[in-house]
Amino acid sequence: MTQAMTDEIAHLVALHADRRGALLPLLHDVQAALGYVPDEAVSAIAHGLNLSRAEVHGVVTFYHDFRRAPPARHMFKLCRAEACQARGSAAIEAEAARRLGVAMGQTRLDGEVTLEPVYCLGLCATGPNAMVDGRPVSRLDSARLEAIAASWAL
Amino acid sequence: MTRVFVSADMASVALGADEVADALSKAGAEVLRTGSRGLFSIEPLVEVETEAGRIGYGPVAAADAARVLTGDHPKRLGPVEALPFFARQRRLTFARCGVTGPLSLADYAAHGGWRGLAAARALSPSEVVDRIEASGLRGRGGAGFPAGRKWRTALEAPGDEKFIVCNADEGDSGTFADRMLMEGDPFLLIEGVAIAGHAVGAGYGYVYIRSEYPFAIDSLRRAIELSADRVAPFGLEVRVGAGAYVCGEETSLLDSIEGKRGQVRAKPPLPAHVGLFGAPTVINNVLTLAAAPFILAEGPEAYAALGYGRSRGTMPVQLAGNVKNGGLFETPFGVTLGELVNDIGGGTESRRPVRAVQVGGPLGAYFPPSKFDLPLDYESFAAEDGLIGHAGVVVFDDTVDMGRMARFAMEFCAIESCGKCTPCRIGSVRGVETIDRLIAGGRRPADPVEALAQMRNAAAGAHGRASELALLRDLCQTMRHGSLCALGGFTPYPVLSALKYFPEDFGLTPEMAELA
Repeated sequence: MTQAMTDEIAHLVALHADRRGALLPLLHDVQAALGYVPDEAVSAIAHGLNLSRAEVHGVVTFYHDFRRAPPARHMFKLCRAEACQARGSAAIEAEAARRLGVAMGQTRLDGEVTLEPVYCLGLCATGPNAMVDGRPVSRLDSARLEAIAASWAL
Repeated sequence: MTRVFVSADMASVALGADEVADALSKAGAEVLRTGSRGLFSIEPLVEVETEAGRIGYGPVAAADAARVLTGDHPKRLGPVEALPFFARQRRLTFARCGVTGPLSLADYAAHGGWRGLAAARALSPSEVVDRIEASGLRGRGGAGFPAGRKWRTALEAPGDEKFIVCNADEGDSGTFADRMLMEGDPFLLIEGVAIAGHAVGAGYGYVYIRSEYPFAIDSLRRAIELSADRVAPFGLEVRVGAGAYVCGEETSLLDSIEGKRGQVRAKPPLPAHVGLFGAPTVINNVLTLAAAPFILAEGPEAYAALGYGRSRGTMPVQLAGNVKNGGLFETPFGVTLGELVNDIGGGTESRRPVRAVQVGGPLGAYFPPSKFDLPLDYESFAAEDGLIGHAGVVVFDDTVDMGRMARFAMEFCAIESCGKCTPCRIGSVRGVETIDRLIAGGRRPADPVEALAQMRNAAAGAHGRASELALLRDLCQTMRHGSLCALGGFTPYPVLSALKYFPEDFGLTPEMAELA
């Protein structure tokens, strides 16, 4: 970790230290600031919140949202839940993996795209759905997929 | 300047509502953003204010959005309330959603807001609980537990500090009512939480929203800020989940707010006795709390007058999946599954025959059209080994492979299991393997461990479909009765219902499915 990262974490820990049940909000803030929760941050967080390192590590690894490595430049979260399956998401999943050049749940080696599953975005009448760099996209089809890939210069 | 209304709901935005709103602004209209009316086949929907009321157009593309201002857009729908999808509804909870500005305190007050809270605060806590009990309101999260009894327990529990927790971790596929309400009418939920606070003597509340709902998080946070003076001395805040489905289970949600792994707690003690941070806590779903303002403002009799059997009031049903008229349909209990899917939903969007519907999310049973006379009612669904859950109805056409859907139910349970109890953590993994073998024909030799002399109860010979099926049923029974919470406990519902109604998708004859 760089000094700037260490400082940022110390700042965020101080911000949350007096809050009840501070760990999840703090981890969200660390991830928002740094893009991920570095393993090296665990002891500073544990110390700041008066927890054991095991407790913090346990929480970081329990929740699907928290990443322990820097994210790719682009994030493609595709819904795999039943309502999207009813609307053909399995075919789109295969096509997305091919077009984005990365398997489901993986990051491209060049760090351009991560393709992640998500289980329901609550847009269940207009699937297949995805969160594309934080923007919701419904009625995902070949044309939309192509447009997204092209906008990322893939 | 012409005033137009465009939804800023996440589902509308996913269909291009932002681009439509921009185009209308550029064309010189005054654009007001609302929540969604709740019918997604007409989104992005634009409503134009005229002397004859609000005239709807939809779906509207950004390219020809300006034509709604001159009135010659081909997708003219007329007054939206008059469309059959809306005219057949009875909206108590969603009365304002899609109509008013979600963050306008003036709109909220002008459309009957805060009357429930005012009525509640004029009563003693016990009188408020009396009214909730008299309304027959049951928990809308899925279990259907009487809300009044839960509130009474928390009210009578000793403690200087108590909490209200709103469960907005709406993870079930096919459900989006909580999300729409938090985006489209957030003050209603805040009012409901404040009423619950007064009723049980709690001074603070948490709304736990899943991280997959960024629009709802933003909307509710802003609404809490705007209405802080209105609900004071009661205070509340939003806590954001982190992608764990199991945190929709009430005790793991409490652990998550406390900053721990979202693992299920054994009950008793009930959260109403020992809940958040060890204090008596009322934990209710968004729709349960959002029903309270109506009950207090209009009286419990008005609410209890609607419904079916022991299911009183209205339920915001969510029509989802492969359905033509997908969206939010609030109706009194008692409507049949067939009416919802065929009459209101209009059948499948693919125009193929309906083969199955899953009611109640990933833990709900699959029903074939032969069960479409089932009324929407907690007891009626339970009697058919199903559940209403959060009233999501996911429609599948005849291309669905039910063997795969059964496998997915186990797979999902394996991914999302919190790991605390064995039937769920290990049973779900074994369930996937067993279904795989069953579909593949079930033929495999006894494995080396089974062949050991000391394995006296193991099958001696090769496994066939029948023995795999018996194994799967046995496993489902263990999960059903041995799991700590509904995740492991209800995962057998979709699996067993798929087996019962669609045995051919597992390579079984109906006789084989019966036998095992």
